[in-house]
Amino acid sequence: MLTKKIALAGLAAAAATLALSGAANAQARDQIRIVGSSTVFPFTTATAENFGRGGKFKTPIVESTGTGGGMKLFCAGVGPQHPDLTNASRRIKKSEVEECAKNGVTAITELNIGYDGLVIASARSAKPVNFTLAQIWKAMAKEVPVDGKMVANPYKRWSEIDPSLPNAPIELMGPPPTSGTRDSFNELVMLAGCNKVAEVKQALPDAKAHEKACVTIREDGAYVEAGENDNLVVQKLTANPNAFGAFGYSYLDQNRDKLQAAKIEGVEVSVENVQAGKYPVSRSLYVYAKNAHVGVIPGIREFISEYTSERAMGDDGYLVDKGLIPEPKADREKARNAAVNLTALQM
Amino acid sequence: MTDAVVSDRAVPVYQTAEFERRLRRRYAAEKRFRLYGIAAIGLALGMLAVLLGSVVAKGYTAFWQHELRLEVFFDPAEIDPQGTRDPAVLAQANYNTLARNALQSVLTDAGSRDARRAAGDLLSVGAAFELGRMVMDDPSLIGTRRVVSLPVSDEVDQLLKGNVSRALPEADRQITDRQLAWIEQLEAKGDLVSRFNTRLFTNGDSREPELAGLKAGLLGSMLTLFVTLVLAVPVGIAAAVYLEEFAPKNRLTDLIEVNINNLAAVPSIVFGLLGLAVFLNFFGMPRSAPLVGGVVLALLVLPTIIIAGRASLKAVPPSIREAALGIGASRLQVVTHHVLPLAMPGIMTGVIIGMAHALGETAPLLMIGMVAFIVDAPSGFTDAATMLPVQIFMWADSPERAFTERTSAAIMVLLGFLIAMNALAVILRKRFERRW
Repeated sequence: MLTKKIALAGLAAAAATLALSGAANAQARDQIRIVGSSTVFPFTTATAENFGRGGKFKTPIVESTGTGGGMKLFCAGVGPQHPDLTNASRRIKKSEVEECAKNGVTAITELNIGYDGLVIASARSAKPVNFTLAQIWKAMAKEVPVDGKMVANPYKRWSEIDPSLPNAPIELMGPPPTSGTRDSFNELVMLAGCNKVAEVKQALPDAKAHEKACVTIREDGAYVEAGENDNLVVQKLTANPNAFGAFGYSYLDQNRDKLQAAKIEGVEVSVENVQAGKYPVSRSLYVYAKNAHVGVIPGIREFISEYTSERAMGDDGYLVDKGLIPEPKADREKARNAAVNLTALQM
Repeated sequence: MTDAVVSDRAVPVYQTAEFERRLRRRYAAEKRFRLYGIAAIGLALGMLAVLLGSVVAKGYTAFWQHELRLEVFFDPAEIDPQGTRDPAVLAQANYNTLARNALQSVLTDAGSRDARRAAGDLLSVGAAFELGRMVMDDPSLIGTRRVVSLPVSDEVDQLLKGNVSRALPEADRQITDRQLAWIEQLEAKGDLVSRFNTRLFTNGDSREPELAGLKAGLLGSMLTLFVTLVLAVPVGIAAAVYLEEFAPKNRLTDLIEVNINNLAAVPSIVFGLLGLAVFLNFFGMPRSAPLVGGVVLALLVLPTIIIAGRASLKAVPPSIREAALGIGASRLQVVTHHVLPLAMPGIMTGVIIGMAHALGETAPLLMIGMVAFIVDAPSGFTDAATMLPVQIFMWADSPERAFTERTSAAIMVLLGFLIAMNALAVILRKRFERRW
């Protein structure tokens, strides 16, 4: 008796499952779907929430898949099973545009929503530090040039690299390789710092080997992989004033009572310095929209106009409260125009 | 011979000093072994206590949330100047102004545009939204004065809870000196009250910590686990019964058994990839749906349920089967009338372990899009949803300070959910239990 009932219930469940999935496929989506960068995620979710509060449309669903993963999903095709927008912490690549076009995603609107600054921060109890990019690279690279040859990184203390730096063991908590922040760290800090050290070019004339040596981070414990936006990092930094952490500006902004940022190349991280392009480790953030979905999935046009509105990405907008560094006014206008006209991206 | 041996020794062998020494050593070894056992249990309990202690110590404050009692004038000129009471007009009104007007009347020096803005920042961005909902639920409020409780912003709440020091210099905290003076003024009047944080259970996810709730995650977990339960339990029990009671013992069933045992050890992300490839890409099922999550998790827990089920079926004494067969019962009757009811408690234990495992998984959900920011609670099996562990993961990743305590609170809710689910299973098991 019992097994019969159970078996019947199982069959009914399986049947219901199939019926439900069939029904779901038939109907179109009424909720915007967004994928992409984990760096842009906090800003897109904040916008999505405010957009949903308006009550006219459902709150969009935002997944954090990383910039590259987001592009792959976004470019997979046109239709309700594919996402409508993707977040990116770098500009879309030419190869990705081609991939998109191959799958029928031809018209893409590019919105530059603002900047993110990468900060090297330590506990407030530590002494303020001024790093150059070359110094950070020397501290973090797996191999550094000594007497014209690349050798395993011999530096154990910051002061061995430069006497002006603290006499403390090198310890930097940074993002893991899976994260978009690590891509920026590699590009904006490691590669830029490496290019300032002339000996590396002499030791490795081959461009490929040179770049590889530049972005390979040491694995002897001086670089500690930690979650990029992890409250644990704050705790670890407060507990150990000798340690530094590398993460996005929004994280510093929320924890100013516990953390201070080091100057990079003599420039302090601030909204003004990033906007003026003085702070060297900052990057533009983008949102890409699929024009073919506008008018099919309700609310896309309204969503991107909310995103680019002054109350979101403006100087006093709610995204700035979340740690976004706003663009200068003229660039904001440009983004707004792109959102209104759905200007297709040309590459 | 024996006489000679006895006469050789003045005392029997169990009274010699050598024997005593060996005996003492054996007793000591046993005592030591027991101590090791107690130490191991103590260590495990200690770790559990540290874990739970740190979660509770960090998270219990999140169950309380400060609210500001404020007398708000629902100004008709502001909400509905034409007096149409049209819901569309009511929805569009600027409720922020109402809150700011009310704040201006109770705070000193809050008249300038700039000060009104700073005062408004004491309240959560959700405050205006809640005022709007009150008016839309009951338009007769327009034109009246009411004392309402509105949530304060997360920064104010953290300050009041003492998680951010007031002694810090102004530049180092997010509350300005002017706002701090206002907070102290309101505190002195007793208008800032700490209430049970119902929003933690009635709201969906939010980027504002003071508004963020677990409703979507809880419902998502329930829907997903329901799908898992109805798929995994019947299939798992049927597989276990067939393999244990009916299947012939040969190469093929051996192979199946080895595979099931290995499947139990497959990393869970692999099931997520399977879900992505089969259910989403091949069958075209909707992304982020509890239905797909439930099916993937059912595959994940099936081996656990089958293995536990087989073990408990094996534990039923063969004499019971033989007795039943002896009085003429068919094989099916033996299984359904005798073996299965006796094995049920053990099978239920397997189900509990499996479901608890499913409840805590995030890795397989990542691939099928259930790790996402989802505000609206799901109302069906194909709506987009997340689960509780995903919610915990996302809150732990958020930069706002107030999410730290909410992360721990969410862990407590997850544990509560787990305990409730297990308690139900234990009650069911007790009812099935039959002694022989």
